[in-house]
Amino acid sequence: MESLDAFFESWGLEPIWNNLPRFMSGTLLTIEITALSVALGLVLAVPLALARVSVNPGLRVPVYCYILYFRGTPLLVQLFLIYYGSGQFRDALESVGLWTFLREPYFCAILALTLNTAAYTAEILRGAIQAVPLGEIEAARACGMSRPLLYRRIILPKAARLALPAYSNEVVFLFQATSLVSIITLMDLTGVGRVIISRSFRTFEVWIFVGLIYLAITYLIAWIFSKVEYRLMGHLRASPDHKSGGPASSDAAIAVR
Amino acid sequence: MEGRHSGACPVAQQEVWALFDYQGYGWVFWEGVQVTVLVSLCAAVVAILMGLVGAWGKLARSRLANLLANAYTTIVRGVPELVLILLVYYGVTILLQRILSSLLGSEVLIDIDPFTAGVLTLGVIYGAFATEVFRGAFLAIPKGQIEAAHSFGMSRIQTLWRIMLPQVWRFALPGLGNVWLVLIKATALMSVIQLEELLRWSDIGARNTKLPFTFYLTASFIYLGITIVSMLLQHRAEAWANRGIRRA
Repeated sequence: MESLDAFFESWGLEPIWNNLPRFMSGTLLTIEITALSVALGLVLAVPLALARVSVNPGLRVPVYCYILYFRGTPLLVQLFLIYYGSGQFRDALESVGLWTFLREPYFCAILALTLNTAAYTAEILRGAIQAVPLGEIEAARACGMSRPLLYRRIILPKAARLALPAYSNEVVFLFQATSLVSIITLMDLTGVGRVIISRSFRTFEVWIFVGLIYLAITYLIAWIFSKVEYRLMGHLRASPDHKSGGPASSDAAIAVR
Repeated sequence: MEGRHSGACPVAQQEVWALFDYQGYGWVFWEGVQVTVLVSLCAAVVAILMGLVGAWGKLARSRLANLLANAYTTIVRGVPELVLILLVYYGVTILLQRILSSLLGSEVLIDIDPFTAGVLTLGVIYGAFATEVFRGAFLAIPKGQIEAAHSFGMSRIQTLWRIMLPQVWRFALPGLGNVWLVLIKATALMSVIQLEELLRWSDIGARNTKLPFTFYLTASFIYLGITIVSMLLQHRAEAWANRGIRRA
């Protein structure tokens, strides 16, 4: 019994308790970086996906290479390439006024995460656009819709619904991937954890606490997406008296990227 | 060819090639790539074993096994890899030290080398994703075959060994291929626990030559090469696994 007491006494939660505001600001930075990259990435991904399904090879091939590169290399390398790599061209970047941005870890983090998630999202959208049933497209053409109208009214809304499960997975992954920005000195949730450990040496307790926060937000995001999906798929659900229901399990949403 | 391209083109070409001047540090990539591939392969073996055990846990009749397997995949998929790596590498060693020290009453020091820690951490993380892949693959085996095996008098173990395992690979291959592609890229995170893999060696090259862009860009192309080769091999493996399967 004595040894067990000694074991429990060796735990210390004061570093966590005393640093709650820091953890809070770290969590907020993590959420901020995620939200900004997700929004910018989505804006970038739509034209990329359209270019990717284009019949014009001059559009399709460069976008294919971009997607292949950002999906085929580690995000950490992309982050290093932008943050440390830009230093190699400092003079040139200074002369065009870009250095003030690229020396900021915050800017580099957003840039790398945005480019990365845009590639993954574009690929998800490509799959969804190509999965739109041909009959619907033919019907729209038969109604005399022009190409832009066809995309706006038929293909993109349908593709958005088809892409949603995979996209929610992507948002969860991006949220988790933001922990890498702590390596380029940003004080996100992981960064705060590192600093507090370096002062308190409570490695185990702090990482468990940080992990629990990530876990909670991850399943919160998955839960929100499952609600959105439930709403958007309303027309495909059996009527209430025919039974069945409840949103899809949020657990099922997280597969490997 | 050279005669026709006068003016700006050769200069631009020279600049591009000057970007890939490693100043005698090109060997760092070879050193790093070996460790990256080795740690990926070892972690993949651990992940497949964890995946099979996890899938068994999810599909078993035992409620306790269900609970443990579900807790495993829920926790691992909900926490960033980087946090899990730091937790295992720094945290678990300290926890073990504390437990042993308090049990034995004297200070105990435990030291895991980065390679073992990397293989175990990546194996456990991607084992959770492999669990889902294997679970789906086991469920994809037609129920009639299993009933047929039972009616022949095969035991559960025999059914698993003779009927299910040979087929599960076919259903699991696409999913496992994806897990492998993500796993290779995740080895780059091992540089934070001082494992001397490709990114860490590139970092050494970048510091010594002050050419970070050159070294990280080359490293990224090597990762891309490994990814492309893996995708081609996966395609071949799927074609092989599906030989003799009729398709519409």
